[in-house]
Amino acid sequence: MAGTKKYTLSVDSSTKHLSEVRDFVAEHAQNVGLSEKDISEIRLAVDEAFTNIIKHAYKNRPSKPVKIEVGVDSKKLWISIMDEGESFKPDEYKAPDILKRIKNKQRGGMGVFLIQKLMDQVQYNRKGTLNEIRMVKHL
Amino acid sequence: MKNFSIAKRQVDQISVLDISGELDAHTASQLENSLKALIESKNIKIIVNCAKLDYIASAGLGVFMAYIEDVRGLGGDIKLSNMNDRVYNVFDLLGFPTLYDIVDDERDAVNAF
Repeated sequence: MAGTKKYTLSVDSSTKHLSEVRDFVAEHAQNVGLSEKDISEIRLAVDEAFTNIIKHAYKNRPSKPVKIEVGVDSKKLWISIMDEGESFKPDEYKAPDILKRIKNKQRGGMGVFLIQKLMDQVQYNRKGTLNEIRMVKHL
Repeated sequence: MKNFSIAKRQVDQISVLDISGELDAHTASQLENSLKALIESKNIKIIVNCAKLDYIASAGLGVFMAYIEDVRGLGGDIKLSNMNDRVYNVFDLLGFPTLYDIVDDERDAVNAF
């Protein structure tokens, strides 16, 4: 599509890349003039999505491929994060009951909920062996 | 790359952890180790001062979730102070302000013990 720009970053499935991934996405969000609030929301959503891929899709196995794509057109900025691990089933996801989790000394389960709160649109796709989470912020 | 650090201080009977930088799934284990060490040495009145915390992801909040019951069960608490608006917003989105003592200033947290 005319006027569409795309930028990609490939990393392996290690939390050591979290800050690099956040900074990569934030830089492009900044370049299109999004507000500080929007940029910090995008940083967090991307962090949560990448962390979930490491923990759940790849079950903490390091050195697995993760590709991050940032796209921009006149109306929106979107981020696609792709992995080749186990796919996430959004239908089976339930929003976390934080009080119950605290009582049970559990943690986690908050990432998907945050992503949905922070982004305007969230979509999960499966293309062959590839999982994609696509998160959109309107400009 | 080291983008997170913790310093420990003592204010009377209260242990204060000053946390700085970015708390995410990579750096959360540092906070976890500090909290664990405090609890194991029976320091259960804990304030986490977030004045220099620039960023938090849910993995950071998860650390507080994992230990608050133990600490409260022993008669102590983990109180949080001096958060910037961005960091507070993450706690707020997840409903933490009704479950944790989150105060503007460290002195309020000290007085609340």
